[in-house]
Amino acid sequence: MAKYLSIVERAYHGTLEEQDDTILWVNHMFKNAGADVSLLLRSNAVNYAVRGQDASGLTFGKAALSAPPTLDHDVEQLVKAGVAVFAVSEDLADRGIEQGELVSGVKTVGRREVAKLFDQHDQVWHW
Amino acid sequence: MASGKTLTISLMDPPYESETTTTVLRIVDAAVRKGHNVNVFAYEGAVALPMKTQAAHPNPVKGTTAEEGHHPTTSGFISALFEAAKANDAKLDWVNCGLCVDERGANDWVEGVRRGGPGDFVKMAQESTNTLVIGTR
Repeated sequence: MAKYLSIVERAYHGTLEEQDDTILWVNHMFKNAGADVSLLLRSNAVNYAVRGQDASGLTFGKAALSAPPTLDHDVEQLVKAGVAVFAVSEDLADRGIEQGELVSGVKTVGRREVAKLFDQHDQVWHW
Repeated sequence: MASGKTLTISLMDPPYESETTTTVLRIVDAAVRKGHNVNVFAYEGAVALPMKTQAAHPNPVKGTTAEEGHHPTTSGFISALFEAAKANDAKLDWVNCGLCVDERGANDWVEGVRRGGPGDFVKMAQESTNTLVIGTR
């Protein structure tokens, strides 16, 4: 079976209105549809793997966002579904994020190893 | 209580794709709560924000129904902003760029939204305390 690597870089765009990240979501759907997909979080998207995010409290007039996004939970669910999730270690370090702050199951990969990761997949989808 | 001040905002991003739309709605909310009048000129993709036909949908990844997920719509938020403006004695004037609407077929909006054009934005800017332009990046 072909292996796909999805790269997520653009983060927190429309996540409140959508209640999730559209690219994490669609990759979970790809996995459910039988695709052997892995995920590489880079740049600002590495923050998706940080445990304990809280996006609650948004209101417009009397309309409240009663079910806010839980992106760390969504990453966890991807791992549980069998999606290999990687985060670029230098991008984590640049943002002061320690390995211990990440949800379990996320693997870190150095920038120099990213090309090797590409080679381990048949197609690379950069969203 | 009405402050007598007016803020005009122009935005371009469509719903569900950018943080800027959420930010603009938050600014509108904060302004009308303080009694400031707000004009919004929705240009290009932003004309889809108040579309009445937006609907909540289930989430097959989370296994939740539309009701369980409390899926929001931007048109619902905009309706709530019109109500909030009224409750705070402020005026919200939301103008959708007509040509942008036509090319997208993006008509049928929630109550309060009206059709207009770039000339409305100029007039709004001239008559406002300040203007905030938030373009697409």
